Amino acid sequence: MDSLLEIRGARREFVTPEGDRIAALDGVDLDVGAKEFVTLLGPSGCGKTTLLRAISGFEALDGGTIRLGGADLTALPPFRRPLNTVFQSYALFGHMTVARNVGYALEVAGVPKRRREAEVAEALDKVGLSGMGARRPGQLSGGQRQRVALARAIVAKPRLLLLDEPLSALDRNLRQQMQIELKTLQDRLGIAFVFVTHDQEEALTMSDRIVVMRAGRIEQIGAPRDIYRRPRNRFVAEFIGETNLFPVTVDRVEGPTALARTAEGVELLLPAAGRKPGEAITAILRPTDFTLADKGIPGTVRSAVYLGSDLHLFVAPAAGGPEIRVTARDGQAAETGAAVHLAHDPARVHVLEGG
Amino acid sequence: MAIRRQSAILGLLLAPATLFLGVFFLLPLLIIALFSFLTPGLYGGVEWSFYHWNYGRIFGWADGIMEVFEPVYLRILWRSLSFAALTVLVTLLLCYPVAFWVSRLPERSRLFFLFLITLPFFSSLIVRLYAWLLILKPTGFLNSALMGLGLIAQPLEILYTPTAVVLGMVYVMVPFMFLPLYAAVDNLDRAQVEASMDLGANRVQTFLKVVLPQTLPGIMGGAVIVFIPSVGNFIVPDILGGAKGLMIGNLVEQQFLSARNWPFGSALSMVIMSVVLTVLLVAVTRARKTGAGHA
Repeated sequence: MDSLLEIRGARREFVTPEGDRIAALDGVDLDVGAKEFVTLLGPSGCGKTTLLRAISGFEALDGGTIRLGGADLTALPPFRRPLNTVFQSYALFGHMTVARNVGYALEVAGVPKRRREAEVAEALDKVGLSGMGARRPGQLSGGQRQRVALARAIVAKPRLLLLDEPLSALDRNLRQQMQIELKTLQDRLGIAFVFVTHDQEEALTMSDRIVVMRAGRIEQIGAPRDIYRRPRNRFVAEFIGETNLFPVTVDRVEGPTALARTAEGVELLLPAAGRKPGEAITAILRPTDFTLADKGIPGTVRSAVYLGSDLHLFVAPAAGGPEIRVTARDGQAAETGAAVHLAHDPARVHVLEGG
Repeated sequence: MAIRRQSAILGLLLAPATLFLGVFFLLPLLIIALFSFLTPGLYGGVEWSFYHWNYGRIFGWADGIMEVFEPVYLRILWRSLSFAALTVLVTLLLCYPVAFWVSRLPERSRLFFLFLITLPFFSSLIVRLYAWLLILKPTGFLNSALMGLGLIAQPLEILYTPTAVVLGMVYVMVPFMFLPLYAAVDNLDRAQVEASMDLGANRVQTFLKVVLPQTLPGIMGGAVIVFIPSVGNFIVPDILGGAKGLMIGNLVEQQFLSARNWPFGSALSMVIMSVVLTVLLVAVTRARKTGAGHA
């Protein structure tokens, strides 16, 4: 794959007020393709925002390089970098009209007024704000401001757009709608998006690839399905989606299936490939991987949460140990206190080496 | 009923301020306006008959003789306005960069700096101006230092010149310029500055198109607060100014205290007031047009 953005060995240290050194970026390598939607995902303080600001030029690196389309950006100030940013607070210029906000990049680049007006109209059209140019940012709703910020960032036709948690200020419905619109816009523009969020659902919805970060390092890079189904470690497994983690010991291998047991005695079936009896591993099962059946892991429903399309159950295994999260589908009903059996398809089990 | 009671309470609460301003501000102002059209009394005070040459004298026709035109008072008024404008300009240029620097300091040093800025208010203005007299006089601190360093051979003639007056006014007015400027600079949305640079504007463009318009309310506020007292200032020119540094405020003071021509002093005051009001109205209207819609 041809990569548009190449980050190699990015390092950045901060000194806390207490005098401790913290590595906000601890040797980050990342490639982003020319038409790719890449999301930087992680808890606050994981370095995702620092990485974004290093790309836009507002944060200098202590080490490493950033290249865009082969050109080294590392030493360039923000205004010399051919990429644009949608800021979390939108950062619209309150003393300018919407049209002047959107046309700002062209204005400072010295584009003649007539051409500027045409391109502003085009950009406003792309984000669904045609005819709003004469308004002031203060007269717009949150969602409209978001679109103005977007139009302003794409008007100069950058090859890379950076988005710093741009949806976090919107309410849930609008956020979901904007997620789809952003993805559509990115496809239509044919440019690369690097999107920062701490919202895993947002990351799963929009991304071609997700970069999961923790403590200044990349934990895993992969397509949403990879990240969700095959997390590389406990952190990724627990950060993305709801998860059941079972520290188990492999008991025996029978044909294509292996039987493993937790310390409390909960029995799981998993693919036999590569498994040896006596081996300590962690088995991962998503709540949707379990079904309520006649046999399987016996347990008692501790609580049932009805969420419209799904029923979320917390089941205490009869053998003991942590409660298992289960999403029951297809009209399956279970009440608090009911005795149930949880069945699962061995092939759905993802295994992490080690306990 | 409820609204009526509310407005009654509001009226009661506003009464002291209204009464105070009415008795000690509006009434004296009306008296001055009235006096400015009366005949000067022989030993001060007024004679109760209409007399319009108070204004005629200000505009250049002294004592009712149309043939003799000498706009000496207009020249002094003009000088006062230019000194005040210069004071605004110098304090602005001094305070603007400092406001940025202070707003980026850590919390503690910032509070300490703001305390330093207000420190002059703790001592008398007259005493502080006499200190400047000691600094600026031919054998004063400044000249001794410069001569001691061998930079000049003769003492600089600063005291009792317009330079000394502007220097003194700048010194007095710096805190009044700094505080509104600092408030505006501290409120500046840094994300907008970043957005501007992200969109390709270099530092100069960003300053002119984003930072300056955003801090304009503070600049206007500081300019107004410095300009008004500077035009009518008479203490600074009195102590540091000499004959060439005479300002319109000194003239008013003289008319009331030594020349005992109350109507002429009143007319001068009215003229100063209308000129200052006009200047401000024009400035504020223009600023509002530039910064309209600024949230």
